[in-house]
Amino acid sequence: MGISPLQWPVLRQLRSGDRLGRGPAITSPTTRGLTSRNATADRVVQSVCPYCAVGCGQRVYVKDERVTQIEGDPDSPISRGRLCPKGSASEQLVNAPGRQMHVLYRAPRATEWQRLDRDEAIDMIAKRFVESRRNTWQELDDKGRRLRRTMGIASLGGATLDNEENYLIKKLFTAAGAIQIENQARI
Amino acid sequence: MANADCIVLQGGNMAEAHPVGFQWVSEAKARGAKVIHVDPRFTRTSAVADRHIPLRAGSDVALLGGLINYVLTHDKWFKEYVVAYTNAATIVSEDFRDTEDLDGLFSGFDPETGKYDMTSWSYAAPKSEDGDGKVEGSDPSANDANSNTKETAPGDAHGSGGPALEHAEVLRDDTLQDPNTVFQILKRHYARYTPELVEELCGVSAADFDYLARAVTENSGRDRTTCFGYATGWTQHTLGAQFIRTAAVLQLLLGNVGRPGGGIMALRGHASIQGSTDIPTLFNLLPGYLPMPIAGQHDTLQDYLDGIASKKQKGYWANADAYFVSLMKSYFGDGATAENNWGFDYLPRLTGAHGTYQTTLAMLADEVEGFFVLGQNPAVGSANGRMQRLALPHLKWMVVRDLSLIESATWWKDSPEIASGEMRTEDIETEVFFMPAATHVEKAGTFTQTQRLLQWRHKALAPPEECQSDLDFFYQLGVRIRELVAESTDERDRPLLDMTWDYPLDEHGDPIPESVLREINGVQLTGPDAGRALSGYQELKADGSTACGCWIYSGVFADDVNMSARRTPQGGPGVSQHEWGWAWPADRRILYNRASADPDGKPWSERKKYIWWDEAQQRWVGDDVPDFPVDRAPHAKPDPEVGGPAAITGDDPFIMQSDGKGWLFAPKGLVDGPLPTHYEPQESPVDNALYTQQQSPTRIMYAREDNLGAPSYGSKGVEVFPYVFTTYRLTEHHTAGGMSRWLPYLSELQPEMFCEVSPALAAERGLEEGGWATIISPRAVIEARVLVTDRMTPLTVGGRTVHQVGLPYHWGVGDQAIVTGDAANDLIGITLDPNTQIQESKVGSCDVIAGRRPRDGAELELLDEYIRRAGVTPATDNQRLTDPEAETAALSAAEAEGDFAKPNPDDEPGGSRW
Amino acid sequence: MVNLSLGHQFSGPTDPAADAHWPDVRERKGFFTDTSICIGCKACEVACKEWNHNPRDGDLELTAMSYDNTVSLGASTWRHVAFVEQDKERIEVARESGRRLVSLGMPSVRRPQDDAPPGPGASADATGTTDGAPTAYGNVDTTPPDTPEFRWLMASDVCKHCTHAGCLDVCPTGALMRTEFGTVVVQDDVCNGCGTCVAGCPFGVVERRSDGTAAPTTREGERKGEQPDVPKRGVAQKCTLCYDRLLDDETPACAKTCPTTSIKFGDHDDLVTDARERVAQLHAQGMTEARLYGANELDGVGGTGALFLLLDEPEVYGLPPDPRVCTADLPEMAKRAAIATGGMLAAAALAFLGGRR
Repeated sequence: MGISPLQWPVLRQLRSGDRLGRGPAITSPTTRGLTSRNATADRVVQSVCPYCAVGCGQRVYVKDERVTQIEGDPDSPISRGRLCPKGSASEQLVNAPGRQMHVLYRAPRATEWQRLDRDEAIDMIAKRFVESRRNTWQELDDKGRRLRRTMGIASLGGATLDNEENYLIKKLFTAAGAIQIENQARI
Repeated sequence: MANADCIVLQGGNMAEAHPVGFQWVSEAKARGAKVIHVDPRFTRTSAVADRHIPLRAGSDVALLGGLINYVLTHDKWFKEYVVAYTNAATIVSEDFRDTEDLDGLFSGFDPETGKYDMTSWSYAAPKSEDGDGKVEGSDPSANDANSNTKETAPGDAHGSGGPALEHAEVLRDDTLQDPNTVFQILKRHYARYTPELVEELCGVSAADFDYLARAVTENSGRDRTTCFGYATGWTQHTLGAQFIRTAAVLQLLLGNVGRPGGGIMALRGHASIQGSTDIPTLFNLLPGYLPMPIAGQHDTLQDYLDGIASKKQKGYWANADAYFVSLMKSYFGDGATAENNWGFDYLPRLTGAHGTYQTTLAMLADEVEGFFVLGQNPAVGSANGRMQRLALPHLKWMVVRDLSLIESATWWKDSPEIASGEMRTEDIETEVFFMPAATHVEKAGTFTQTQRLLQWRHKALAPPEECQSDLDFFYQLGVRIRELVAESTDERDRPLLDMTWDYPLDEHGDPIPESVLREINGVQLTGPDAGRALSGYQELKADGSTACGCWIYSGVFADDVNMSARRTPQGGPGVSQHEWGWAWPADRRILYNRASADPDGKPWSERKKYIWWDEAQQRWVGDDVPDFPVDRAPHAKPDPEVGGPAAITGDDPFIMQSDGKGWLFAPKGLVDGPLPTHYEPQESPVDNALYTQQQSPTRIMYAREDNLGAPSYGSKGVEVFPYVFTTYRLTEHHTAGGMSRWLPYLSELQPEMFCEVSPALAAERGLEEGGWATIISPRAVIEARVLVTDRMTPLTVGGRTVHQVGLPYHWGVGDQAIVTGDAANDLIGITLDPNTQIQESKVGSCDVIAGRRPRDGAELELLDEYIRRAGVTPATDNQRLTDPEAETAALSAAEAEGDFAKPNPDDEPGGSRW
Repeated sequence: MVNLSLGHQFSGPTDPAADAHWPDVRERKGFFTDTSICIGCKACEVACKEWNHNPRDGDLELTAMSYDNTVSLGASTWRHVAFVEQDKERIEVARESGRRLVSLGMPSVRRPQDDAPPGPGASADATGTTDGAPTAYGNVDTTPPDTPEFRWLMASDVCKHCTHAGCLDVCPTGALMRTEFGTVVVQDDVCNGCGTCVAGCPFGVVERRSDGTAAPTTREGERKGEQPDVPKRGVAQKCTLCYDRLLDDETPACAKTCPTTSIKFGDHDDLVTDARERVAQLHAQGMTEARLYGANELDGVGGTGALFLLLDEPEVYGLPPDPRVCTADLPEMAKRAAIATGGMLAAAALAFLGGRR
């Protein structure tokens, strides 16, 4: 960051009238080049906060395929650009140091996790699903009435699942006869 | 809420749990509205409210009942509204007996089953041929799903509109003088809920009660409206649904429902919790609040549809067949035909309640092999934490999908039960799969927030590494499951193979979320318009020509426009700011808004006008989509035989109710009573001053060694757990911590589990500010740091001092989070509201001692010592009738006068219960 | 040569950006924090950290200072919410001290009688209050919040961006600068970590980032007992009033996110007017404890860029009651030094002359 002697602060002080050296005379090149990182983002999309049910609007800024900022969406009539501390921390939620990004598997009696390929994991889960369903199927009750279900599989969801996701989950489980599907609303 | 003149926040802490939503309360306040916060603790909401009224946790029905009594006694009810729009004038069956008559019970209670037969609660009908004066179709063996089932969440068994009334022909006395009118019954029922009683039971001073009563009544009527806001402080009780009902009765009496700045705002707690109940991942519901079929009651399609609604009742539930058939077409496509009852038999059947708590018990009984945990942390967030965690080793396999390694994923190595030695990692057979999930910015889709508003989230970027959205995961899982059963000829696999699962995929092979929303919206299947996205639920048919994944959401994708993605800044110029997102049903923002106009169709006042009848256009117009047939004139009186929406008269604003009126008295729909009644919580050191019956007689109890109750008033050992504790949220954290305790910025704001106690309680137990306390309930022993504060006030209840202990519930024990701590939910037992199956986590009994808790197994010894000292057994608190002799005698006397049918015991699957 | 007419540069009312000779002086920007509507949510703390990528600080232990676990402003915390629980006695004292301030004849403010739109209560009955007299806001309930036994004060503190900033004045390297918006900003690429500014701030706001030498542990990570990754170690850091955001016409992060608009951002002069109106409004409602902090341009720092509406004495909130910039007397001192020098030279000269004889 070489500056030419003409740009030395002391000379700028004398030239600009800012004798006490408190203003533009002492700005560094970094300072002069300052800009909001929102202005230089690759794109911004509108989203909704994943925390409580107020549904505040969020603006998500992305640069180099990383989220660089999440802040309130001033266009939202509900939130008018504001966010609570959790909503304000959404960028950290996405980029959290402790975020887990790999599939992990714990074998029976194991004391530690091991890595597992994602597709293989889904295959394994599907197999167990079908097998448990077979093991615990109830076709009729003791009065001969149709039950057509399995009580051997259950699900408990949170409320950050989208409507589309809930729809597929309910459809799949219902078609499979698994009725013990629940979510946070019950709790 | 911004338009309210008075806002009462009760059973909720809005500034802490919904800070940004709270700006609207602040706006109302800045315009002169009065804001009152009724809560056991002085919270951050109280700090900016006009008044904080401390009350004893769990006593809200008494307080609200007191307000109802005040309104009736001082004649403050909104007469024209009540007579025209509620069922105040409707006459109830002569056989009905109130809790005033039966010392805390309603007529029709069966102590064996713990259920009510609601026949005696029905409306009186014009005398039919057999002259029995009962409403037709009230014979319980016909459609009455409620009394014949072991345990259900029956309010939903009939959909949200309440169960069928055969038709809407009711008897009325518009002078409200007949002693059997709802109005007179209401008066009698609340006659003893006086301000003195409120002071005695709730600990609310006469001055505070007067302030609240005056604030609410002076801000209701033609010109002013009052709004209530509530959250889980009302729902998480053994009579939670009745808490809300009491507010509903009050608001109906004051004429605040369906009006701007009025109503009752449910402040739900999570991003798409509303969506999770609308398109439910709930055991007892299908999308749009259609019920799941119940074996023994819904064995045929016709039984099922009759159970929801009759074609002759008023309102939109009469078209349940269209909604159901369209749903089945969405689910099973060509596999659902007229010949196979539209796939009705593809649906699995319920035989009782299969909620999460029942499932936990089933796990303990080795009945559940596999468990999916999707963005939820039950090891910390579900009641009776120890039971939850001890159930998990019984599973064969478990799939956890989340952003971080939450306690529910790592319990097998770092739970408190591992630390205490109760479980050993090497002995646990459970396979655990951890599937990293995508965050909300890495997937597109809709959330439905607490105002029924759907908002589309655009995808900002792809999920990193192996992270995956739940949509993609379940789609993949479904594909593989279908592959595994592809060759099957077994009938049981037909639904899986017929299920529609061919979604358009993007370049990564992942389903396109808009296509799922479109399916939810519904499409026309046949005719020249085939393939067109539907515009609303009025277009749904029962003949298989339409498909729709969720009828109340129909319209969100009308004209192939994703309405949930509308983002006009500030919602556009209109008053209701409509151009942002899409609200169900049909984009209406205030429900029942017909009630904002008088019976002539004119607004009650200029100041509170919202929608009104335009004589020239012959339509309802105004600031919102009318929640009413848009061309139904105010004085229209169609022939009730027509049934359905067509039968709604011009003054029936409550279009989902089978008689079109707001129900002050609920003849059906709530299994624990047609009128809210004060009962003490499951555990309470206080006597129910109103009745002999201490707790809610229909509550769902689990009398088990791992679910013991603390002795209540009158029982030996009540002094061993002398304090009342309540649980709550802090602004800085979120639920069980999965989305906050892994974030440094939030963790540092509230780093440690703490309890809040009054200086008096601290002195009594030697607790030091900043020190440690051990809190003990019959379920568990936990520790917390101590905050001594005047914000917790001891209350004088029933002549003695009741101390309350405040416990935030965000912390859990594990190795992975940035901050950890003991879980408040460990203290809570499982006793459920019979309507909703929701646990009572807002009030329980405990003891508090100074110092940290014992460890390495010694904490269990301490627990045992307490249980022994208090003489607690599984029977404690689990008496259905508090004084069986006295109460059964009263019941029999009442029966002798009346003519009730009893529930058929043969229809009780399963064994006995308390 | 020191220009002795620089008096207004160190005390008294002035436009600080103009004093710093910005060619394109902008409207002075600032904050008005109305603590009477703060709900203590700490969104400001988080939004600020998130925007500025400040690390977690503090040791993840409960402080037992009510809900305040942040404790104070510092190098990594640029917004701090204080929580003060007060009983009846304290409330009365605060109300009384406020009354005395009012009767001292504080600059009177034009009551916005005709400007304010009539409140919703204007046309209808009184809202259940004993004081039903019409006010500027219609028949709005003007009784103070009815919890006289207890109140919970919450206030979000921030760098004051003083008109006469001690940190700026004493900085030997030119790291601290006055921006065209009148705000005070640390240029962390210039700062050498000398720490003079830390002593120069009358409010104790600016601090240096820990450079690890005095860290409690060398373990790295986010959990208790671990040292988070701290960028810009060793240099002084404080609120920049989101200088980078201002340059692109964006609102500072804390003001944008505040759910109740307790933190208001805007042109300083407008904020001063708004603040005075708000105090008058509260006084009309009987809340005489309301007072402004930093709005008086005659105070020891020439008034601050960040104003506060407080409901009690500043000390209650951890604020100095009469802050004074350390360089306020600089011209005076320089004059005296010059006279003293002159006197000494004269005395020396005399001594020489006398000695020659």
